[in-house]
Amino acid sequence: MLRYLYADEISDYPLLQDTMFRDRKTQFVDRLGWDLTIDRRGWEQDAYDQMNPLYAIWQLPDGSHGGSMRVLPTTGPCMINDHFCDVTGGAITSPLIWESTRFCLSPRSLEKAGRVSAAIMLAGCEIGLGFHLGHAVGVFDARIARIYRRLGWSPEILGSQGQGRKRVSVGLWEFSPQVRDRLCSAAGITAVQSRDWFAAAFHHESCGQPSSIPGQVSAQLP
Amino acid sequence: MQNQIETFLERVEHCKSLVELNAVVAGLRDIFQVNHVVYHSVNSTGEPYALATYDQQWAEYYESEALYRVDPVVLGAFQRFHPYNWKSLDWEKKTARQFFQEAQDGGVGNQGVSVPVRGPNGEFALFSISHTCSDEAWARFLSAHMPNFLLIGHYIHASIRALEFPETVGSYVVLSPRETDALRLLGAGLNRGRAAEQLKISEHTLRVYIESARSKLNASNTTHAVAKALAQGLINI
Repeated sequence: MLRYLYADEISDYPLLQDTMFRDRKTQFVDRLGWDLTIDRRGWEQDAYDQMNPLYAIWQLPDGSHGGSMRVLPTTGPCMINDHFCDVTGGAITSPLIWESTRFCLSPRSLEKAGRVSAAIMLAGCEIGLGFHLGHAVGVFDARIARIYRRLGWSPEILGSQGQGRKRVSVGLWEFSPQVRDRLCSAAGITAVQSRDWFAAAFHHESCGQPSSIPGQVSAQLP
Repeated sequence: MQNQIETFLERVEHCKSLVELNAVVAGLRDIFQVNHVVYHSVNSTGEPYALATYDQQWAEYYESEALYRVDPVVLGAFQRFHPYNWKSLDWEKKTARQFFQEAQDGGVGNQGVSVPVRGPNGEFALFSISHTCSDEAWARFLSAHMPNFLLIGHYIHASIRALEFPETVGSYVVLSPRETDALRLLGAGLNRGRAAEQLKISEHTLRVYIESARSKLNASNTTHAVAKALAQGLINI
């Protein structure tokens, strides 16, 4: 299932938390050779994980991490504006643009890489549409770019840097209901299911409790 | 409506004092025809700080009873950054239900929406609008205006920072070369298609550079952004 968890909520899911940060090490350090910090638990974490980011996570049936990405607003400190200005040509700052980073697939998802990637991107699209944003901006590597292309939601590339497997790009994705529908099909998730997962994370009322705000009031907005 | 919002954003940006800003922000009530608007954050000395149109009696009662300790709207809000309909919060607890009733009596309204703002130094603020209406009317209102609310919250925050820390905010406006190019070409009278063509980027990407520049300059529209960039010597035409 898709879970949407802020960093201060993820410790409620110890297995999910542990496997997510380990899988990030496997992908970014072991496979891509990025120079990142690993703590003694074997977790890859950086300064942005300390800023209470939002994680969109595909959780496997056994409760472990199947894939994820990390989301932060571009109006505050964020990776793209702190570290990739030479790639983008300068900070991108807007309340209508959020950044997505650390797009990661678990080795346990490799047989279903296409579907899981689609599910994570679907989560990104739900975030954008659900919170009325315009675009996502993100850092990605060449390998992931192929996945984006296959899923029909390629970013517009704002700039690239580096060579070979260390090559990274910054791209821009526009949110739209059409993209959501396409990603639902690619992920094998119904639109209703996807909406329910999003609502379960952000709408207390849809967790089964009756809405407690009393009183239908007759006043109408103009 | 969109014109009124642009005029509002321009006025927010030209405020010379918090008193003036307070009056301008209160004007949002007339633009959107809602009960109340509130912006709150923590000021430079660490004190909670608010601009609000609430009745004085309710505001004083809220403060004297330290109701922020039970108010679901602010509980946890400063750790989050997604906008939320107050309806989606947890009102199950007895203290929350009681608070809701008191807030109704205090004229807040039975509906509300909050937009968290995360600023350049990692600081937080919260912009909220409240009203009295049916769920259906409120849902329609939100879907029509949410992007505006995101922008308005951001602009009010930027204006307050500019008033509080004039020296840091002044140096904060740094346009990227692409943003500068985009504004320069538009300022020279090119339409978006031609400007994009000249920069060898898509119109879609151009829009994002303009939007980002507009946001940094706290400008209400593209023309305003070009004018401000010119005035501040960021571009030459």
